[in-house]
Amino acid sequence: MKKTWFKLVSVVLVFVMLAACGESAINSSSDADAQGGSGGASGDTVKVGAILPFSGVYASLGKDLSDGMKLYFDSINWEVEGKKIELIEEDTEADPQVALRRVRKLMDQDNIDILTGAVSTAVAYAVRDDVDSNKLPYLASHAGGDDLTRAQRSDYIWRSSFSSWQIGHSMGEWAYKNIGKTMYIAAADYAFGREVSSAFKEAYTAAGGKIVGEVYPPLGNNDYASYLTTISGVKADGVYAFFAGSDAVRFVQQYEQYGLKEKMPLVGSGWLVAEDLRQTIDPAAEGAFASTFWDYNLESKENQEFVKAYEEAYDRRPTIESLEGYDAARIIAETVKSLGGDVSDPDKVVDAMSKVSFTSPRGPIQFDQETHHVIQNMYITETELVDGKTENKVIHTVDQVKDPGQ
Amino acid sequence: MDILGAQLVNGLSYGLLLFIITCGLSLIFGILGVLNLAHGSLYMFGAYIAYSLTATYTQSFWTALIVAPIIVALIALVVERVLLRPTYHLGHLSQVLLTFGLAYVFHDIASFIWGSNVLSITVPTALAGSFAIFGQTFPVYRLAVIAIGLVIAILLWFVQEKTKWGAIIRAGLSDKEMIGGLGVNIKLVFTTVFVIGGLLAGFGGVIAAPVLGIYPSMEFETLILALVVLVIGGLGSISGTLVASILVGLVETFSRFLVPELSMFLVFGLMAVILVAKPNGLLGKQVAHS
Repeated sequence: MKKTWFKLVSVVLVFVMLAACGESAINSSSDADAQGGSGGASGDTVKVGAILPFSGVYASLGKDLSDGMKLYFDSINWEVEGKKIELIEEDTEADPQVALRRVRKLMDQDNIDILTGAVSTAVAYAVRDDVDSNKLPYLASHAGGDDLTRAQRSDYIWRSSFSSWQIGHSMGEWAYKNIGKTMYIAAADYAFGREVSSAFKEAYTAAGGKIVGEVYPPLGNNDYASYLTTISGVKADGVYAFFAGSDAVRFVQQYEQYGLKEKMPLVGSGWLVAEDLRQTIDPAAEGAFASTFWDYNLESKENQEFVKAYEEAYDRRPTIESLEGYDAARIIAETVKSLGGDVSDPDKVVDAMSKVSFTSPRGPIQFDQETHHVIQNMYITETELVDGKTENKVIHTVDQVKDPGQ
Repeated sequence: MDILGAQLVNGLSYGLLLFIITCGLSLIFGILGVLNLAHGSLYMFGAYIAYSLTATYTQSFWTALIVAPIIVALIALVVERVLLRPTYHLGHLSQVLLTFGLAYVFHDIASFIWGSNVLSITVPTALAGSFAIFGQTFPVYRLAVIAIGLVIAILLWFVQEKTKWGAIIRAGLSDKEMIGGLGVNIKLVFTTVFVIGGLLAGFGGVIAAPVLGIYPSMEFETLILALVVLVIGGLGSISGTLVASILVGLVETFSRFLVPELSMFLVFGLMAVILVAKPNGLLGKQVAHS
């Protein structure tokens, strides 16, 4: 009697432990894992790993990227060339150390065939060496740090989102022609803010403009009053600002409150007046000019279809990140398709990926074979008031912008 | 010259905003001897609840300004009666751990209810305009923040120093047992003070929301600033908190103006210098060891 009691407890214990291990190993992956466990690549599934921040400051970006990807995979029924696509998502918490652990888990336990994601550039740099030495095809779908497709370039890393340079540089010439000959720069003091504003400066001064002053408030700065008072004392034709998230909301609102909007037009990147921020910023964003590679109001047929499908699926407007996820999913699917479903050779995968080109909702895109970075249109938008709500309107297109790669 | 005057107004307004945010924390610490690390979370709840009220139910900033702090005060009441009271005899560390743990719980509750988007509260039209001094444009709201901060400071000072209630509170801090022996219900005093602290935190959240915005993790950023102010001013002194808030406001504003790259460093540098020179803070008193 005693013995059976002991056995029962042991069995229960083993069971609980197994469940606990399974739980942590499988994490957010689906149960298809169990059947495709052996061999990974040679099975009848293509395993796509996505490292995205689902918690922390970038959580909303991670969710949008994920929703964008799922929207595309849904549209093709999660199937390419008879192969089932399995998406395994891991939360990076926007922390490079966590991300590296997640990537190793994806490689060692899940045997993924293709990696995508990374919102934070620090995360992309952190996983770069592991991806490179393990020959894991990696499609960066947000992280925009210039070096990922420059000094840190790898045969296995391709980027479909944007580079800091594309964002900043595309505004330079337009601002000189349409805003004026002198500008003031205000940008958040971190790698992305510095890279974008220096690219803007490069293009603006090359066109003949003059930067009359610069200020770099810390990232997550809570009050811009002091900076704005300084800026309002400066004589310039406009202000170029790079801020994102809650920084952008505060900066744009306070820019109006401190009376600067009437004096100097505000110029920046698409994140300054992003789709999900504008409903909060309203109506201070009116009159701002921004450079971006996609906008909600792009008039192409592809974009209208994408917007409609996204709104039907999620009941909210897509953001830049939703589009990035959607495009990344399509690039992966087209890659698998051109290989006839055989993704066992990483060199063939990256080779096939490099040849993918199509007309995305953002316009025609293709990869630069030299830098592995996407060549795409850049758009200048102006924010207007429509029925009391702000809307971005595309007023200028810079065709097929290519990152110089150094 | 004009620009210096303008920055002075900025500094004052930022400083008094810090005071409005910090005074509840300072009050609770001064009287209960509890360092309430969930203060930032109560502040955050004030802001989020005010957002929900203005965005959906009433559309009125003024209603939100009254209702949101009361809801936060009720949360504070529950926290004090259920969780904090059993820890009073356990010493500071357990209270710090408890309130810090609460901060994380509240963080998750907030992201569950309100998500991770950046939100903001629209300023009422009466305060939405702007005015010009020193040749610069200022939002009227900033001036209102200065006025509200001063009113709160005077009220707190008056209650603490000039009323019987204040006398009981101060006596309770120096000798809990004696005041109990004199027939005062010290537990009730503690609960009341904690609830008032919560009320002030919620009020701070509503007042600060149009300036600082509402976003995930806002409470931790605010908590750090509030702790800096608390340490500089001297733990548990309302007048010290007022002086420290204004000092931090001015230092941060002028350093952003003169040496923008060093602005964060200078505030913490100031704290370090004051800790070395005056370990009890500018106007600090010895905190009673119980």
